[in-house]
Amino acid sequence: MTVTDIGSDSAALMIRAQDVQGRSLWVDAWQRLLKNRAAVVSMIVLGTIAVLAILAPWLSQYSYDFQDYAVTSCAPNWWNEPGICNAGGTHWFGTDSLGRDLFVRVLFGARVSLAVGLVATLVSLMIGVLYGATAGYLGGRVDGVMMRLVDVLYSLPFIFFVIILMVVFHRNFYLLFVAIGAVEWLTMARIVRGQTLSIKQKEFIEAARAAGVGSLGIIRRHVIPNVLGPVIVYVTLTIPAVILAESFLSFLGLGIADPLTSWGVLIADGTAQMENCPWLLIFPCAFMTATLFCFNFIGDGLRDALDPKDR
Amino acid sequence: MVSYALRRVLGAAPTLLIIITLAFFMMRLAPGGPFDSQRHLPAEIERNVAAAYNLDKPIYEQYAIYLDRLMHGDLGPSYKSKDFTVGQLIAEGLPVSAKLGLAAIAIALLLGIALGVTAALHQNMAADHGIMSVAMFGITIPNFVTAPLLTLLFGVYGLKLFGTDVSLPVAGWNGGQLRNMILPVMVLALPQIAIIARLVRGSMVEVLHSNYVRTARAKGLSSYRIVTRHALRAALLPLVSYLGPAIAQLATGSLIVEQIFQLPGIGRYFVLAALNRDYTLVLGVVIFYAAFIIFLNLLADILYAVLDPRVSYRT
Repeated sequence: MTVTDIGSDSAALMIRAQDVQGRSLWVDAWQRLLKNRAAVVSMIVLGTIAVLAILAPWLSQYSYDFQDYAVTSCAPNWWNEPGICNAGGTHWFGTDSLGRDLFVRVLFGARVSLAVGLVATLVSLMIGVLYGATAGYLGGRVDGVMMRLVDVLYSLPFIFFVIILMVVFHRNFYLLFVAIGAVEWLTMARIVRGQTLSIKQKEFIEAARAAGVGSLGIIRRHVIPNVLGPVIVYVTLTIPAVILAESFLSFLGLGIADPLTSWGVLIADGTAQMENCPWLLIFPCAFMTATLFCFNFIGDGLRDALDPKDR
Repeated sequence: MVSYALRRVLGAAPTLLIIITLAFFMMRLAPGGPFDSQRHLPAEIERNVAAAYNLDKPIYEQYAIYLDRLMHGDLGPSYKSKDFTVGQLIAEGLPVSAKLGLAAIAIALLLGIALGVTAALHQNMAADHGIMSVAMFGITIPNFVTAPLLTLLFGVYGLKLFGTDVSLPVAGWNGGQLRNMILPVMVLALPQIAIIARLVRGSMVEVLHSNYVRTARAKGLSSYRIVTRHALRAALLPLVSYLGPAIAQLATGSLIVEQIFQLPGIGRYFVLAALNRDYTLVLGVVIFYAAFIIFLNLLADILYAVLDPRVSYRT
């Protein structure tokens, strides 16, 4: 082997290293996710619903609380059933018993449901990650006490406490976010703690400590970025759980109050009138079920994409 | 073993106390008293009413009185249904809820285990994929969607089998007749069937790949005997610890189901009480549910320890 050979070899190696450089774990995971057909379709569907929800006020000539008494409980145009009135061309999903346009109301329901899902998940994310990372990192007795508290809270039937909260504070919209978020952080804390426990044994943490980084700095700069993978997966599974919890409360009449609406409220309304106006039930159910499926498929896809074992 | 069980029982007591305390003080946070109404009663009568319900005493004393009565199994009077105590209302709803819940869990166990084992035995084949995608539906779609849709399908539009109309009643209890129970039990059982099928499939696949099953095969046992005598026993163990949470889910599920089908169970009383702000009834039902769930979790844990020789009691 001559000197020039070695030189060209190392040059080739360097080029290859440059190729690889741009591909972090996240780029890798993203590309694996794009290969998952169910996840990609879910992202497109979910994106469409989200965009529709955001643009809802400008998509239809009706507002969500406009009541047109000329067309109460009317089916959409293409619904051909004798004896049922026709809502006319501009009410795409028909109208409810107060003559409100169902299309706009479903989209406004999507706004509320998705907003509750995101905000409450964010609340649970912040509490859970901070709590879990602290407990896992500090370890020892502090960890024992902190996790014992989580265990106790875990055994409480929390949906009942949310119901009590809603009863006591009279269906307060903002409290709903907080109450559901406060329920959902427990699992997050457990996941983060478990991950933190295994990460804190690694050499780079030791190196950081040797370099004089404080506990808070290590948690923030080194621990949290490394537990992000499982956390992201769990977040995509928490959002549908939160949407479900909100709809559950709204369905029972303890959540969002009229005229503002959510999918739970719409489904409850639809259930009450399903014998005469099945479209009032079918459209909100379809949107809600589609959304829940999308989140589940994306969550599954992310789990596969971020799992280093499959590589 | 006995000390393990005793420790678990002692561990459950503080949890229950925390629940009672939290629920009690959350209820007392409510703005306004339970008897604030539009009409103005003479101050004297209001004082008497407050005294009758101990509302004139300081809050810690009310809490002590409540705890003391609870120890004697007395959940106090209902604030809104004046002639009933909370205990009476719960006792009235319990048979309905219990009947629904038991029927649902029995069906869920039977179907769930059968489907899960079938899927595991045909791992990665068409039957497996089919069962697991149906299970995905069962887990994802919430019961307040399945309930009205099934009612629409079987109740409103009806179902014609062999020329006879067999559509099911849309709502009502009707003394607990079978026809009235089919839809609610189906709605309650569906997600549980799906979850149990997934659980059983997972553990069964694992067990089928374990060494002792291979040994059993090597001994030349028939595959029927291997599945029923060797694999199934180990594969069903995780189910035992799932039963506690399952019952809890059935309890919350029954809130919805009893509401939709207008069944006179505990869940319906609870929702009505929550909407009417009947504080004592809400409090009573929450405590009842919590005690029940804790008890079942406890039972499941102890049962698990008894059944699984690998669990050490020293934890």
